Amino acid sequence: MLRRPATSTQITHLQRLWLYILCGLVLFYLVVPTLLVIPMSFSGSRFLSFPPETWSLRWYRAYFDSVEWRAATSVSLQAAAWTTVVATVTGTLAAYGLHCSRLKITKHLSVLLVLPMIIPVILLAVGVFMLFAPLQLNSSLTGLVLSHSALAIPLVLITVTAGMRNFDLNQEQVARSLGASRPRAFVTVTLPQIRNSVLSAALLSFVVSLDEVVIALLIAGGDMATLPRRMFLALRDEIDPTIASISTILILLSILLLGLSQLLDRKRSK
Amino acid sequence: MSSAESGVRQNETALARQAFTEQLKLLSLSFPALLLVGFIVLIPMGWLFWLSFLDADGFTLAHYERLLHPSYGLTLRTTFELAFLVTAVCVVLGYPLAYIAAQMSPRAARIVLLCVLFPFWTSLLVRTYAWLVLLQRRGQLNTWLQDWGLTDAPLRLVHNFTGTAIGMVHIMLPFMILPLYAAMKSIDENYMRAAANLGASPVQAFWQIHVPLSLPGLGAGVMVVFVLSLGFYVTPALLGGGRVMMWAMQIERSLAVYSDWGAASALGVVLLVITLAMLWLFSRLTGAVNAAAGGR
Amino acid sequence: MTSGPLRSDGMGGAAALPITISNIRKNYGSFRALDNVSLDIRSGEFLTLLGPSGSGKTTLLMVLSGFVRPDSGSVRFAEREVVLLPPHKRDIGMVFQNYALFPHMTVAGNLAYPLKLRHVHRAEIEARVEKALDLVQLGGLGARGVDELSGGQRQRVALARAVIFEPRILLMDEPLSALDKNLREQMQLEVRRLHDRLGMTTVYVTHDQREALTMSDRIAVLDKGRIQQVDPPQALYERPKTHFVADFIGESFSLPVTVNDGGATLFDQALHLPRKIAGSEPYFLVLRPEKLTLLPNSVDGEAGVNVIKGQVRQSVFHGDSVMIYVAVRDAHEIALRIPLRGNVVLPQPGEHVRLGYGIEDTIVVPAAEQAGGER
Repeated sequence: MLRRPATSTQITHLQRLWLYILCGLVLFYLVVPTLLVIPMSFSGSRFLSFPPETWSLRWYRAYFDSVEWRAATSVSLQAAAWTTVVATVTGTLAAYGLHCSRLKITKHLSVLLVLPMIIPVILLAVGVFMLFAPLQLNSSLTGLVLSHSALAIPLVLITVTAGMRNFDLNQEQVARSLGASRPRAFVTVTLPQIRNSVLSAALLSFVVSLDEVVIALLIAGGDMATLPRRMFLALRDEIDPTIASISTILILLSILLLGLSQLLDRKRSK
Repeated sequence: MSSAESGVRQNETALARQAFTEQLKLLSLSFPALLLVGFIVLIPMGWLFWLSFLDADGFTLAHYERLLHPSYGLTLRTTFELAFLVTAVCVVLGYPLAYIAAQMSPRAARIVLLCVLFPFWTSLLVRTYAWLVLLQRRGQLNTWLQDWGLTDAPLRLVHNFTGTAIGMVHIMLPFMILPLYAAMKSIDENYMRAAANLGASPVQAFWQIHVPLSLPGLGAGVMVVFVLSLGFYVTPALLGGGRVMMWAMQIERSLAVYSDWGAASALGVVLLVITLAMLWLFSRLTGAVNAAAGGR
Repeated sequence: MTSGPLRSDGMGGAAALPITISNIRKNYGSFRALDNVSLDIRSGEFLTLLGPSGSGKTTLLMVLSGFVRPDSGSVRFAEREVVLLPPHKRDIGMVFQNYALFPHMTVAGNLAYPLKLRHVHRAEIEARVEKALDLVQLGGLGARGVDELSGGQRQRVALARAVIFEPRILLMDEPLSALDKNLREQMQLEVRRLHDRLGMTTVYVTHDQREALTMSDRIAVLDKGRIQQVDPPQALYERPKTHFVADFIGESFSLPVTVNDGGATLFDQALHLPRKIAGSEPYFLVLRPEKLTLLPNSVDGEAGVNVIKGQVRQSVFHGDSVMIYVAVRDAHEIALRIPLRGNVVLPQPGEHVRLGYGIEDTIVVPAAEQAGGER
């Protein structure tokens, strides 16, 4: 098996065993450190180790008993849900409009719409903080949702535009020739066919908002503190083991979302 | 029907007006998104730019002059050193993995890609936290190193440059691997066969055929990793433990600690200009590479 | 195709509408896709737009359907001006090159789609979908998914979907180009039969001149955004008006001729012409291989026949016939087709031959398109 050629240039598997080992180590580095948090979160002592010396649900209790953590979680989920709605709807509309329009300006508009992805987040955070101060939007859900939506729109635009590229616009023309107005053709023919792209985009928006730290750090004070903001502050000051339990929950959530996105991807490529 | 210039032009204005309104309607679909991005991004960026040239007496360059102070120079150096180091390590670790993954069966490649995507979807804070726990003085890594007799005393792995670099590479690696993988997947196997047939050794074929053809993906990966590293805040702030001062942290500190809007905005403008300049430079370079690779 | 008309109440098929296209212009930048095109399409006619790619045939079809808005001009269905009407209000059936069946609906769902948009009653929809499926010989396949169908079946579903709401005009954009040769020839006949049964006005776009000759009542030949000639297939073949049409339709070889006083001269030799020629630009004599005959070498000059001399270069076997390529004055090449029936003596390469063609088959056309050529 190892002596079989691995490439068309007849290098055998044995000759590049070192390459496989290196790749294995890289994969290990990518995945395992994060996953180690899961067993450690069930540790009974204040000092986390692997494997834990004693097992308990202490840090989960600490999380669920804490009003602050629960409030932060609730704010984060609300912000993520609203961001998903706002970014997916506006981003999808923009992707469709810019894809179908033949005006030259669309290229520039697309660049404008991916700017939030290019500009360092710390700058966005500072800018948003400055902008929101006179508008009383700091420490408000509206402010969070607006700024998170701006962050998510580039991802929605890119994902849905990719979907539109795979979509045959003849489909929509046929629908219109059969008697459907343009909005109706979009809803009955285009949207069902780019559905998976739109859902992937929605998942991404949700994750972007749920993960966002820097903007929240500057604008989400008081009651509107998000989960990442609280986690960041807790980590900077002293390492609170409660974070291990929260991290475990978040890891499971991200595995779930990753699985969903893979499912959508696989369906899309069919 | 002698020439197109003569003859009747029926419905010309009505058709032109209709064409215009149709395009306008399509374009208007992007207005909500544009409005939002304009409001959240463009206005504040303009404001920031404006503010960086302003003090109590009006126009000034004082904020920029202050940036010449050695402490800022140190920050700038740290930022670039980290960004270069992280990018280089990502290339060294990411290229082989993408190379192998691109040659695997679809099923195996899927598993590898899942491993790459998993950190991508996991919260940044969670991953940073994991490294914090692993690398700390009494952390897991030090325990293992001592158990195996590799070191006597625990190593300083976190709250310094090393820890920041380890964490940042972990965060950035997927951004390098994914475009590399996509680029390598689109390289036709026959190029390598042709090279071998023409007498190239496997190593020659790799360096002379495969590497140049993968350059667009490499360029994209390098660009994304480098630019993201330049403006990175969260991981250096936590893993650096205040000892590694990045540009982004300097901005936050001027605001949070000193409430110094002038310095913060000037720092911000410099970061923005550097970022955009890098993007422009990289896109020019990859454009040149694409042209050299046969305009693909 | 033995089913009844589409309506479940058994009433007759859709009525047809005539189409009047006048002065349509469409530029893409500096490219003239349609250059002042005017065309009358008769009610119930099967008209084909034929031309090479880039000739403007598809653009013209898209103007009729409303997906391409011309820069100026008028399109009327009967007396009604439709050029400003959006596509979904034109009531036109349309078949696209790649079928464009909706992959997220079943076959029946695809067929029901236009009826639902027209608020047809559910029971009525079911009945009409059944009829339409029978019409295209796909009875019982309504529940199938689109991706379970073969290329030919998809084509039929696309066709059924385009006619199920009984449009009075049907547009088809190279609908058969994705099918293999045998299936394509079979579908050509079926499409034509469907047209005859339902009776709507059909405009069909193709670049395949044989397909156009097979199916059409009339053919409009387009080149460079202009209509070159509109005629029934036989007239187009036998009496092309321009060199482009002669070259594009059927197989032909051209020789330059000089024209003066209404007569034509080929290499110093005056031609017998069916009618006089007007104008004095460069002209071509167009020779079709099957119209040429091999003349015995002995006879010199024959009444009612034009004669051309040459030397055989090559003969190519075609199964039922042989193509003989003949060099004329070294610089030109023509060919004649000799059917293989009985004992034919074939001339050998190098042999000098005399070829004859009838006066009615002597086609002399201007080299370039003439001003005011068509109508």
